[in-house]
This record gives sequence, structure tokens and C-alpha cells, in this order.
Amino acid sequence: MTETIEITGSNQRMDRAQAVPAIVGNHRDFLIVTGLAGTAQDMYAIEPDADNCFLLGGAMGASVSMGLGLALARPDKHILVMCGDGELLMNVGALATVMASGVTNMSILCVDNERYGETGNQITHTSMGTDLALTAKGLGIKNVMTVTAPDEIEAGRKELRRADGPTFVYLKISDAKPPKMSSRNFNAADRRIAFRRAQLGHL
Amino acid sequence: MSDQSVWGAELYDTLVDGGVSIFAYVPDGGHKVMIQKSLEDDRVHSIPLTTEEEGVALTAGADLGGKKSVLLMQSSGTGNCINMLSLQANGGFPFLAIITMRGTYGEQNPWQVPMGMAVRPCLEAIGVHVLEVEREDELKDVTNAAMNLAFRSDRAVAILLTQKFIGAKAF
Ligand SMILES: Cc1ncc(C[n+]2csc(CCOP(=O)(O)OP(=O)(O)O)c2C)c(N)n1
Ligand SMILES: [Mg+2]
Repeated sequence: MTETIEITGSNQRMDRAQAVPAIVGNHRDFLIVTGLAGTAQDMYAIEPDADNCFLLGGAMGASVSMGLGLALARPDKHILVMCGDGELLMNVGALATVMASGVTNMSILCVDNERYGETGNQITHTSMGTDLALTAKGLGIKNVMTVTAPDEIEAGRKELRRADGPTFVYLKISDAKPPKMSSRNFNAADRRIAFRRAQLGHL
Repeated sequence: MSDQSVWGAELYDTLVDGGVSIFAYVPDGGHKVMIQKSLEDDRVHSIPLTTEEEGVALTAGADLGGKKSVLLMQSSGTGNCINMLSLQANGGFPFLAIITMRGTYGEQNPWQVPMGMAVRPCLEAIGVHVLEVEREDELKDVTNAAMNLAFRSDRAVAILLTQKFIGAKAF
């Protein structure tokens, strides 16, 4: 099956508003941590304030490490981290730590627009030659896949669900804006408690 | 100076008895015993980090999954953690760091001094409770106090193992 995904932006790639939901698929298959900025907006558009997702609004660089902590604590679940290229570049060593930890129940979806979208679409290092899939491979992540075209989305969706992780899917998308958030709850304490109540059954 | 093989084992056991099951760290000489014990213990995860700030985020993720964790680090790593501690300040995530001090009492390496002096004010500025251990006989009580504050009251807490306690490294 080939997804219908618009090609947009100054770099003429897949539009994130369609590509991200398509590659994530049913988000209830995962416990999810997103980075700040674009990936939080992508996830919010899939389902606002879902109780299996923790969206960062700051702490740039935290998402992969936070997902790792969750993966260690919940071996019974598959953890999905969604992060921007800027977010990952800030703390790229976290991928080495994921490798070293030995977790298998974790996938990372890096949504690469080659831009710091949130702060005005300034170019990131990935527009100048940095390949974060090669980086992930080099840091020891077991399964690595790059997805650049609509007809690769389905394979990416399956890859994110591999039980023998860790898995890194590198989604190259356009620099068009992410979906707008209407009224996201930015209260992290409230979101923490909602997540824990839903996923642990207690405070 | 105290004997790490004794107090390191006591501190490790106190943490595990308190329910800590994830040890994340950037190594320091003062954490040698605890790191080794965590590597040899099937009951816990022993996670080497590339930078201390990973540990700040990792412990918050572990809390989302209902597990208690600890970050072992040297005082020089404190500066690497500060912005990440927004997670605990905003989210009420419990946080426990055990920090071996450098750059203060008896320090012989001047490179350690600036960050060593800044540890307490930096941590307090971002909302971390700071407790100190100066003598071996207070180690267990302080650790239990810190675990209560962190894991029962959902606070960010750092225990500083001072150079009076662990000794100053000789050069
Ligand atoms: C420590 C820190 N430095 C800088 C910023 C400013 N900032 C906020 S979002 C962002 C860019 C995020 O880029 P990316 O992760 O690629 O997300 P995108 O919006 O492109 O999807 C930056 C630099 C910040 N919030 N925190
Ligand atoms: Mg980006």
C-alpha cells in the first residue's frame, strides 16, 4: 500500500502532517515520549493529551533518555520516542546509552525537517551533511531505517514495531510547519500524574 | 579518610533496600564500589551515561514507568544537568542524585574548583534539595532522608558526599 502524502516545503519532501501519523499508525501500540517543538505538535494532532504519551515542552535533548528510563521500567510495553533532528543533535550520545543499556523494547522515530522549526526554521546540521541514521548505526543502534518516500512509510511503520530493538527510524520530511496545537496542557505535573494513573493504575 | 569498600557497600544496600532498581552514572572514583556492585547485581539495571543530563531525563522516564532510580555523578557533572532539571521542577518527578564532591575541601586540581563551588547554588537555584554527608556514621540516615524526600514527597534531592568524608584526591 502506498500512502497519499503531500510533497511540500522548500526542500520538497513529505509533509509531516500526513507522514508522521501514517508512520506511527495506532499510537496505542506504544508508550510514547516526544521531544519539544515539532514532534510534540505531531503527536498532539494524532490525539490531544493522550494518556499513553508524555510530551516535552522544554528540557531540549531529554526525549531519548526519558524514553530509555521508561523502557527499563516497563519491559512489558513497547516504548516509542519521537524527536526532532534539533532535539536529537543536542543529546545524540543518548543513543549510545540506549545501545549500552541492552533494551529491546524501544524505538526512536527521528522526524527530520533539517530545520530548527520552532525557532524560525533555521537550518540544522542535517541539511549540511550530518546523517543521523548513520550516527545511530555508528552508536550501536541495532535496527536503522531511513524513510524518505511515501512508498516506504508502511515498512517504517512495521520497523517501529520490531520486538528485537532498539530501532531507529529516520523520517525525512519537508520544512513545512507542523500542525497547530489548539489548547495543549503544558502542565508537566498534571501530565505526569495522568500518565501514571493510566499506565500504573495509581498516583 | 573513609574506606569506600565499606561505605560504598552500605550506601548501595541502603538504596536497593529503599527500592532503587536503576543505577545511572558517569563514573567517578568515589562511585567505584557502587558502580561495580550495580554491574554485578541482577536485581538492578546498571546504565552508563555519556553525560549526566541524560540521567536526569532517564530517571524521570523511569518514574513514568513506576520505578525508582538514582544518578551517580561527580560534582563537575552538575553543570551538565541544570536545564534538564526543568523536568523535575515542572513535573514533580522524584529525583535522587549522589554527587561525589571535588573542588572544595583540600582540592589539589584547580580545574575542579569553579564547578565545585557552584554545585550547591546551582542545584538550589533550579529547585533541588541539597543534603551533605561529612561523616560515615550519618551516611545511612541522610540517604534514607533523601529517599523519603525524593520518592515519597516527589522532590528533587542531591546528596553531596563531601571531601571531608570521601577525602581529597592526591596528585
Ligand atoms: C536548551 C535549549 N536550547 C534552545 C532552545 C530553543 N529551541 C526550542 S525548539 C528548538 C528547535 C527544535 O528543533 P527540532 O527538535 O528539530 O524540532 P522541529 O521544530 O524542527 O520539529 C530550539 C532550538 C531550547 N528550548 N532549549
Ligand atoms: Mg527539526
